[in-house]
This record gives sequence, C-alpha cells and structure tokens, in this order.
Amino acid sequence: MSAGLTVANAGTSAITRPVKLSCRNVWKVYGTAADELEQQLATRQEPGAIADRCRAKGAMPAVVDASFDIHEGEIFVIMGLSGSGKSTLVRCLSRLVDPTAGEILLNGKDLAKASKRELIELRRHTMGMVFQSFGLLPHLNVLDNVAFPLRIQGKSAAERRQRAGDMISLVGLEGRESSFPHQLSGGQQQRVGIARSLAVGPELWFLDEPFSALDPLIRKQMQDEFLRLQKLLKKTIVFITHDITEAFRLADRMALMREGRIIQMGRPADIVLAPADDYVAQFTEDVPLLRVITAGDLLDRNAAPVVRADGIASIAATTPLERLVSSLAAGAKAFNVVDDAGRSLGILAARTALAVFARDDHRRKPVS
Amino acid sequence: MTTLTSDMAPVRSWRIEPQLVQWIAVFILTALCLLLSHSLPWLITYPKAWVLPVAQWINAVTDVVLPVVKPFFRMISAGLDTPMRWIQSALQWLPWPIAMAMVTAIALRAGGLRLAAFAVATLAYVYVAGYWRETMNTLALVTLAVPLAAAFGFAFGVFGHYVPKARSAINTTLDLMQTVPAFAYLIPLLLLFGFGPVVGLLASAIYAAPPMVRNTMLGLSMVPEAVKESAEMSGCTPWQRFWQAEVPAARPQLLVGLNQTTNATLSMVIVAAIIGGFADLGWEVLSSMRKAEFGQSLLSGLVIALLAILIDRITLGFADAARSGTTHAGRVLEGWRLPVLLLTGVAAAVGVHLLIADPNLGLPGAGARVGISVMNDGLNAIVRDYAGVLETIKNDTLYLLMLPLRIGISGSAIPAIWGFELTPVMTIAGFAIFLSAVFVLDWRYGWRPAIGIWIAGLVLFFGFSGLPWPAFIAIATLFAWQAAGRGEAALTMLGLGFIAVTGLWEPLTRSLYLCALAVLLCVLVGGALGLWASQNDRVSRVIRPINDALQTMPQFVFLIPALMFFRVGEFTALIAVILYAIVPPTRYVEHGLRNVSETVVEAARQMGTTSSQLLWQVKLPLAMPVVMLGINQTIMAALSMLTIAALVGTRDLGQQVYVALGKADAGQGLVAGLAIAIIATISDRTLQAWARKQQRPA
Repeated sequence: MSAGLTVANAGTSAITRPVKLSCRNVWKVYGTAADELEQQLATRQEPGAIADRCRAKGAMPAVVDASFDIHEGEIFVIMGLSGSGKSTLVRCLSRLVDPTAGEILLNGKDLAKASKRELIELRRHTMGMVFQSFGLLPHLNVLDNVAFPLRIQGKSAAERRQRAGDMISLVGLEGRESSFPHQLSGGQQQRVGIARSLAVGPELWFLDEPFSALDPLIRKQMQDEFLRLQKLLKKTIVFITHDITEAFRLADRMALMREGRIIQMGRPADIVLAPADDYVAQFTEDVPLLRVITAGDLLDRNAAPVVRADGIASIAATTPLERLVSSLAAGAKAFNVVDDAGRSLGILAARTALAVFARDDHRRKPVS
Repeated sequence: MTTLTSDMAPVRSWRIEPQLVQWIAVFILTALCLLLSHSLPWLITYPKAWVLPVAQWINAVTDVVLPVVKPFFRMISAGLDTPMRWIQSALQWLPWPIAMAMVTAIALRAGGLRLAAFAVATLAYVYVAGYWRETMNTLALVTLAVPLAAAFGFAFGVFGHYVPKARSAINTTLDLMQTVPAFAYLIPLLLLFGFGPVVGLLASAIYAAPPMVRNTMLGLSMVPEAVKESAEMSGCTPWQRFWQAEVPAARPQLLVGLNQTTNATLSMVIVAAIIGGFADLGWEVLSSMRKAEFGQSLLSGLVIALLAILIDRITLGFADAARSGTTHAGRVLEGWRLPVLLLTGVAAAVGVHLLIADPNLGLPGAGARVGISVMNDGLNAIVRDYAGVLETIKNDTLYLLMLPLRIGISGSAIPAIWGFELTPVMTIAGFAIFLSAVFVLDWRYGWRPAIGIWIAGLVLFFGFSGLPWPAFIAIATLFAWQAAGRGEAALTMLGLGFIAVTGLWEPLTRSLYLCALAVLLCVLVGGALGLWASQNDRVSRVIRPINDALQTMPQFVFLIPALMFFRVGEFTALIAVILYAIVPPTRYVEHGLRNVSETVVEAARQMGTTSSQLLWQVKLPLAMPVVMLGINQTIMAALSMLTIAALVGTRDLGQQVYVALGKADAGQGLVAGLAIAIIATISDRTLQAWARKQQRPA
C-alpha cells in the first residue's frame, strides 16, 4: 500500500542494548487447564486456530502466543482496545496472573517457574508497577504509601523516610507527605503511585494504563513528567495503554494487540508507515505522521556518508518531520542527519520527506 | 408482569392462564374445607392426637448428651466467669468522675464536641438517677461480649471470604441465628453452661456475631483489586497482604460491623438479664416492671435508651472517621493522645483510691431514688386518671381490629362481642360488596389483585384461627411457588407442615394475626410518614433523628411505655411491636421516593405532570421495589419484637418459647423458636423473590 516508501533499517533494529525481559510464546487461557492447552499446542497448529478451538469450548483465551524481547532502558508500549488482552499480558509479565503456557525470561531466568518466595524477592527488589486506579492504601498518608514496599521488607524507619522523601520530591509532591489519598486529585494520586513503584529502585517498571483515569490536560502533563523521569532513571519499561496518541508519544517500540494476539510490533514509524493489515491502518489513521516519523526513521544508510556537509543543514536524528516544513519550503534539497554526539548518520533527501507529506495528505482524504 | 399496572383494561382473551387455574383449584379446596369443617372439625383445629412429640424427642436426646458434654461447657463457663468479674470490679472500682471523663474523651475523639456533650449529659443522668452501678455492670457484660462476638464474627467472615464454597452455608447459618429468637437458644445455653450471667454473655455474643460476619465478608470483597495487586507487587507475603493492605482497606466496613455488633450486644445483654444474677440495667427494668413501678422502669429504660444511643454514636463516629477523617474537635485527641489520656485516668483513679477513704465520692445508691417513688405515684395517678380513655382505645382496637382479624367477622359478629348477629340480609349485602370489588379489580387490573382481595376477604370473614389449616398451607405454598419458585414452595409447605404436626398451629395463628395487624398499621402510618418526609425536607429532618433513636434502642425498652398505659395483654404487645417496627416503612418509603432517577423525574416534569401525578404515577411505581424491601424489613422487625413482647402476655409462638424458658424445656423452646424462624425465613425469601420479580418485566 505504500508507494515505494519503506522504513529505513526496519528489522535490523538500531537497538543493540541487551535483552532484559523476554516473552516466549506466552498464553493465558481462562477456563482451560495448562495440560489441556499443552496438548493443543503439541498439535503445532496455527495459534489463531488453537485460540478459536479454546473459544469454541467455552474457554477465554486472553493472551495468545505472545513473543517479544524488551531491551534494557527501552519504553515498550503494549497497546490495544479494552478486552484485547493487554492488561492480562502485563499481569503475566509480573506474574500477578500465572500464564497458562510459555516462558518469561527475566535476565535469562524463567519467571514463570519462580517459586512464591523467589517471586516475592523479585517484586521487592526488581519490579515496580503502577495501576490505572492507583491502588493506594486508603489508610496511609502519602509518605507511608510510598514507603509501604520498604516497610514490607522490614527497612528501618529512618531509611524508609529518607528514601520515600526522595521519591516524593522526584515526582514533585513535596509538602503533601501527610495528606491522605482521598485528599488528593487524580493526578496527584498517580504521582504517589509512581513514587511508590519506584521506591525500591526497580529495574523493570510496569505501568498499566497509568494515565487513563486522568483528564486529558493532566494526562498530557503526566506523560511529559513520565518522559522526564525516564530520561533520568533509564528503566526498562512496559507501558500499557489504549490511547493511540499516548502510545505513539511515549513508545520506543510498541506492540499492537487484538483479541489476545500481537498483530504488529515495531517502532512507531514502522507501524504508521507499514501497517500490517487494514485493522492497524484504520487504527492508526489519526496518528499525526509528521510528528511521529523522525528524520532518523527515513534515513538512507546505504548512501555514502557525508564527509563535508557543506551547504546542507544538520539535523538531529530525533527531529520529527513536521519541523522540516520551513526548510523544505525554503527549497532545501537534503539534510545531514546526526546523532547525539554530532556524528553524521546519513543523508535525508528532501523528496523522501516530501513523499511522507504526500502520503499523510492522501491518508486523511475520505476513502469514498 | 411489570410494576406499572396498566391503566387501560387488559385485552381480554378467553384463554385462562395456568396460574389462575391453580388459584381456582386452591379456592375450591378452601371452599370444600370450609363446607366440611362442621362435620370434620380437625380441618380447623389441628387435633392433639396427631401431634408428633418432636419436643420430647429433642429432650430425650438432650438428656443423654447433656451429662456427657456438661463438664466441658461448665469449664468454659467458669473460665469466662473470672474475666467477667474482673471487668465488673474494675468498672466499679473506677471513681465515677474519672470514668465519666474517660468516656467523654472517647466520645470527643469519635464524634467531636456534640457527642462529647451528649456523653456528659447521659452519664450525668445515669449518676443522678442512681443507676451508676447497674450501668457499670451492664457495660462489663458488653465489654466482654463485644470482643467475643467481633472476634468470632471476623474469623467467620474471613473464612467465608476465602472459601466461597462455604458462603451459602454461612449465610444460612446467619439467617437462622438472626431469626431464631434469642430466648430459644438461651435454654440450651442454660442447660450447658449452668445458670448465671455467663449464659447471658454468651447468648449476647452469639446473637451479635452475624452483623460482624456479614460486614467482614462485604468489606473484604469490596477491597479494590488494584489495592491487592499493588500490595502484591510491593512484595507482600500473603500474610502481609492480608493484614497490612486488605484489612486496613476494609476497615471502614469492619467498623460499621463493629457498630452493629455492639448495638446488638447491648440489646441482647438487656434481654438476657431475664436470667438474673448480675444486678444490671435489664434486671432493674424487669423487676420494676414486675412490681408495676412504672416510674422506676421508665427511668431505667431511659438509661438504657441513652446508653444505647451513646454507644452507637461512639462506634459509628469511629467508623465515619475511618471513611472521611476525624472531626475537627476530635483531632485534639488523635494518635497517641487518647490512650495516654485514658492511662492518665487510670493512674488518677489509683491516686483517688489511695488518698480518699470513700472512693465512690458519694455515689447515690438506691436511697437516692426516693424521689422516684413520688414519680411512680404520679405516673400511676396519670394512668389511673386517664384509665377510661385508655381503656376505650384498647377495647375499641381489640373489638374492631384485633378480634375480627383473629376469629373473623363471622366470629365477632355475635351479641357478646359486637352486640348483634349477622342477619341473612347483612351477609348477602356483604358478600355482594365483596364480590363486586373482586370483579371490578379483575376487570380493571387483571386477576392478580382480585386474588389478593379474595384472600383478604377470606381472612377477614373467617379470621386467622378460623381458616382451615390445610387450606392456609395450600394458599401460602401456591403464593410462594408463583412468587419465588419451586424451592420456596417446598420450604413453605414443609415448614408450615412442621409447625402443624408439632401442635403449634394455634399459637402460629396468634403470631400471624398480631404480626399482620402490626405490619399493616406500620405500613399505613409509617408509609404515610415516609411519603410526607419525601415531599418535605423539614419533616424529613425532624423524623430522621427520631428514627435513628428508635432503631438503636434495645427492643426491651419499647415494652415499658406500652405496658405502663395498657397493662398486660395482646394490645400492649401490638403497641410495642408497632413502636419497634414502624421505622423500616418510614425509612424505605422516603428513601425509595427520594432516590427515583433524576432523569425520569425531569422527563415526567417536562411532559407536564402535576406534582401529585408525578408522585402517584411516576415516583411511587418506580420506588415500589424499595418499598417492598421496607415491608419485608417491617415483617422481620415485627416477628423479632413479637418474641420479646411475650413478656407482656401474648399467646403466640413467642409465648411458647418464653414458657419453655421458664421450665428450662429445651425441646419445646427449640421447636417453637424454629417455628418462628421458619415463618421469618418463608416470608423473607418469598417477599424478596416477589420484589425482584416485580422489578424486571417477565
């Protein structure tokens, strides 16, 4: 469907950081025993067919054959409409729900096989989670809520106070330490939820629709806040959302789910430029292409590196296309795309960028 | 089958519905029974020869089992007796000004300045009226019974929460515990634990545990999933998750449970005083009532009422504080300050005992109640002066309302009662009016209301005790079947059958007619009040605290004014039952009418309804399910009060239980108690099912 426009280096992802969390053929089927599903899987049929057979028997396949790798320091967004299985999937990753089949490897160790004790230890030190409805303890004030995971571990009062205080200032709630949850606004409550989930300094950070219960304006603020925190903390993040704009704003990579299956996975630009099917295309219709696609996404790495970029403007790889409009209008023919350190990554030809403009225009026209 | 009865005559079709056929069959059976009753009198009065001696069987079993288990229970009894005496002496040991200050501090923390003022006033009244010692004895029982009930209730609630399979068994047990009158299980408790206040304590704990169980299950099930998950993700062990996340999150509901349990405990501690031996408030009221010292019983009844309200408001205050924060004045005593203050109080008490020879600080004993004898005489004089008026009220109600309902118009219309006999003309005229009412209803609203009038007419003409029992069982069973299904029908038939074969049919009809009359009057008067309160905010504001007070008062208290004015008898019981059971219809009618969906009301207004059209054609039909729940609550309240009212002389099932208590006859007490529980369960389930059915169109 795209007119010769492909995403540069799709597949050979630029992410070279080590894999933190790996999900291999994970299934969660409600109403079916593990060995029953095992038998089904042994038939080596297509996962969709197996899921259909489960449904026919009255079971509820919430997650169907999910596989992906999440790299260290990456924001991995799982997105889908309600009932698509995304919340169940994140609960499988944190083992709040036991997957029916499949492996979940955290630093190479299978989480699905962890004992209760090991799981408690993991949650105490390596995982943090933020919930859509906050999940704050109504009887504790802000400070004690944030310090709760530390108290559970039996940390001293002084240490708890110190650490929780740090987290509270990190999320900008200084001065509200002694307020109770019911005295806070939704945005403030979620800040407490975020501070609590970070209190133990987790490597893995799960966020289950953290901003969905908030007003649009507050949601935007919280997204900015989240990006600021991530720049600072560089956690490995699994972020669940049903809000497509939010997904495209935050994701390094994302997975789209429908009826329990991951139907497409990739960087935001991969998904808008090469939607896997009509569903994804329709779904991403309103995503502002020019804001999502960056100069780096369109880079032709096979072109000879520019040694002397005379007469060509240098732009950062993360620059969204919409920022190039004025230069293109002024007649720029190409851009020299550079990384954070200023090294040249390649040349972006003006016509490549303009092709995306044309495509965006075409996309927005009513079909008939 | 909708709530909104169509205003237009239903479209006639000549096919008769099968449900109507069933009713016609039952009416033919009833008519047959009535026709044959002259030659077969057993159709009306269940013959003695056919009674199964279930009570004796139970006693036979008890006689065998009791000696075996008795030593064990006597040990528990002794084990509980000691802490009870300790608490009793500790409370007596506290000098009254210090006790007063401590209670006031707790009240301040729980409910702010107004509650603190109420506490001071209540305790001052207790002191001045000379009931300090008795009050402390009552409180000693409550102090021990509440933790027992709460701990058992909490444990069972937690069990029910975590083992869903056990839930229905637990709910059935709770229903039984709350419907079997407490007098009935006092008897086996007496036999097991021996005479003494410990039995009252245990009976109170049993009686008061169900609300704690229910609220524990409710509270734990209402903990948001996110709270549990976030606790788990914080790395809680299951134990930590339960105690540090779920229980605190459920705390407001648990405190509501504690509040209800405390109220129930106090109510039962007062009633259990009937066992005697502890010189507490209940005993005080009871003995003054027996001696016809009404002034005194009124004073001590007031102590109970005030104390009940105070304890209720304090525990409720803590529950509210858990939900929405401590009141402004209460914050003075937040955190560690209250315990410290209470400990200071104890220290001060030690000091007082060391320094002052009479630590009671002039506690007025019985001698201070001299003034009361004056009041007694005064009250007795008032009652004497108005004896004529009171007697007229009593007799009129008795002859015009109570007797016709019990023995029917056919039985009342004799020269000895109504002063005339039914002439054939009167009978025919009456039947004509009745039949035309049936036909008008049938034509206008369909056959169901007509059936209702048929039944009402039968009861009115023959009376509850004049109806043949097989016909009565058939009618009740058919109603249960059509309203609630096969299971309830079987329960109704077996339950009523059990009551008949155990020889309790006659007391049952007594219970039914008293209960029916009380409920009818409560629904009429209470419903009217509720309707008024729903239209008028000022009325609502006046009625609400009165209802609150009526609802918190121990049942026992309602007997006092009724007895004072009308002496012993069924009329007095009726008054006491009405006083107790009038709250639910008032509350539910107001609540139902006020909570009709705002959009529907706006839509109706927009269509141009007048306010009376709005009330009668929109709000009332929509509020009907809530009103039905209110009526159900009224029936439950009336039944439970009836057993207490046995004290003022009735001849119903409650009296059977009470008599059994006097004879320590476990068999008779249990059978009669079970009969009451059966009636309560049948009417509760059938009415609730019926209300549910009305809510959704078939």
